[in-house]
Amino acid sequence: MTVPEVDQSAAAEAAPAVGGVLEGVQVSCWFGARKVLEGVDIKMDAGVVTALIGPSGCGKSTFLRTLNRMHELVPIATLAGSVLLDGHDIYGAGLRLTEVRRRIGMVFQKPNPFPAMTIADNVAAGLRLTGRKVRDRDELIETSLRRAGLWNEVRNRLGAPAGGLSGGQQQRLCIARSLAVSPDVLLMDEPCSALDPTSTRRIEETILELKDQVTIVIVTHNMQQAQRVSQHCAFFLAAEDEPGRVVEQGPTEQIFSDPHDPRTADYVNGRFG
Amino acid sequence: MTMPETKVLPNPRAPEGRQPASAPAAGPRGKVPPRRRPRAWRWTDLAEIAGALGASAALTWMIFGRLLPFRVMPIAYVLLAYVLFLPIYWFVIRDGQGATAAKDRLVTVLIATGALFAFAPIVFVVGYVVKRGAEVLRPNFFTETMQIVGPLSKATEGGALHSIIGTLEQLALATAIAVPLGLLTAVYLSEIQGPLARPVRLVADAMTALPSIVAGLFIFSIVIKPHIWLQSGIVGSLALAILMLPTVTIAAEQVLHVVPGGLREAALALGAPYWRSVLMVVLPTARAGLSTAVILGMARVVGETAPVLMTTGGTTVMNVNPFSGHQDNLPLFVFTQIRSSQENQVDRAWAGALVLLAVVLLLFVLARIVGSASPGRRRLRVPRRRASRTTSDGGNPS
Repeated sequence: MTVPEVDQSAAAEAAPAVGGVLEGVQVSCWFGARKVLEGVDIKMDAGVVTALIGPSGCGKSTFLRTLNRMHELVPIATLAGSVLLDGHDIYGAGLRLTEVRRRIGMVFQKPNPFPAMTIADNVAAGLRLTGRKVRDRDELIETSLRRAGLWNEVRNRLGAPAGGLSGGQQQRLCIARSLAVSPDVLLMDEPCSALDPTSTRRIEETILELKDQVTIVIVTHNMQQAQRVSQHCAFFLAAEDEPGRVVEQGPTEQIFSDPHDPRTADYVNGRFG
Repeated sequence: MTMPETKVLPNPRAPEGRQPASAPAAGPRGKVPPRRRPRAWRWTDLAEIAGALGASAALTWMIFGRLLPFRVMPIAYVLLAYVLFLPIYWFVIRDGQGATAAKDRLVTVLIATGALFAFAPIVFVVGYVVKRGAEVLRPNFFTETMQIVGPLSKATEGGALHSIIGTLEQLALATAIAVPLGLLTAVYLSEIQGPLARPVRLVADAMTALPSIVAGLFIFSIVIKPHIWLQSGIVGSLALAILMLPTVTIAAEQVLHVVPGGLREAALALGAPYWRSVLMVVLPTARAGLSTAVILGMARVVGETAPVLMTTGGTTVMNVNPFSGHQDNLPLFVFTQIRSSQENQVDRAWAGALVLLAVVLLLFVLARIVGSASPGRRRLRVPRRRASRTTSDGGNPS
């Protein structure tokens, strides 16, 4: 790989001061001929948790997947506009696809640890998968697990298969796995929708601990969760047979207490969707 | 049927039966109601079957033994008894439990009969081979060759060591050729899904039905006929590899298909190039299934006679070099021995068939073990891997 050899463990230990700034500029998305998202402008600042809310099928997950180029895994998917990471277009020629995904990590709706690997191997999987080296692998595993709030639960069974963990633990393992490659941004696609309330609370605590180190963007259907963890909030909505748009965005407090748009007010107060 | 039971039970428990019903776990007096198995066979069920069987047997005896003026084969007794059993059983059940239950029982009997018919040939074939083979199988069968055995030697003389060695070597070579190709093809079909995927899958599907003699003829005409290579073990392996390739490919592709797409996405989201995500996530996840695919391919060709008949040459002497000179193998051993007009040689063929059967059985058992016991195996392997990893870490290929 062209990635220079970096001392991962030192970098992780020092915990990068702030994450990267991610900015979507006039992003539109298509699946084949169907336009699912139109003209989305969102700036996701470092040190801020941005929540994307809205009813199902409004394009918020699609938007999230354009942010680390997972959108194009669907063969018929296309897009317009640009996504800037610290000012550089991630779809431009200057950044490699693998480097973009390494710097912008993703946690999925369903916990998906690699079943053929142990817990420790799962955390370090990103290194093998990107062909990089670290000086102290065990140190990196411990640091990543600590940052994901899982270390104390698995420290004595790092050699056990990852499939033996509970759902909530698996999801935090996935967070640790993403953190191990020291991303600047972490995207979370409804990370708690498959989890019980206790596990959800643990994940939310993890998010709040991480937000000063990594820029976090989270898609959630849970209004209370958006209020608890995010500082910035964007409300997506798609009218029938129309692409999704951002109806309103701003500080989370204002979106929930004093929204400008009546549709936002209806949604956050549970009157539809 | 259950009515008398429920009537009897409450009576002795009537005084205190109502109160503890809400707290059965306490059971201070040990009055736990007997465990009931709703699906278990009841004595009346067995009695109904036995009665119907007895009635049909008696009726059969009466028809064949008393009414018909001539004798019939014993198999006719069984057939008639079975045919009579069905309506008798149906009437018995309908009388007791109604037409629906009767229909249900009748269909159950028919299905069970079908299962028995499917199972019986295997038992007969295996049983016959074991019986005939065990008569002449001696330890020297595994240690001697046929070099100094004449046509009139006793069946217990001589052995198939040269054939066993040949089978193992040819199987190993065929596996070494077919498995890498098959796995790569499966990865192409399932992971890369290139423009050629559809035609390749079609051809692989069609090739599973390729007559094995065609594979032998093909290799014979392109390798042996132009004198590129003379008849030897490796040429036989080429023919076997052709037969193995589609089996391994199709089985491996189906295994790769069931690897969850979320794992691929997770690997890619970490910044992995696609080939690394396939190599380090998809293939290891499917490891157990892929091993099964390989062993299925081996079991497919280990018993093939036609392709090796034309390509390995066949011999009675030991030849451990598969790359030069004629070589024998087990199916060929059976084939040459059983064609003989000498009774003793035919007997020896059955010993070869028994050994071949044992090899196939071993392969299938291996496939089941490898395919099912993966988590336990992993747990055993983990400490060693971790130990070696910590010493040699940093040496990951980049």
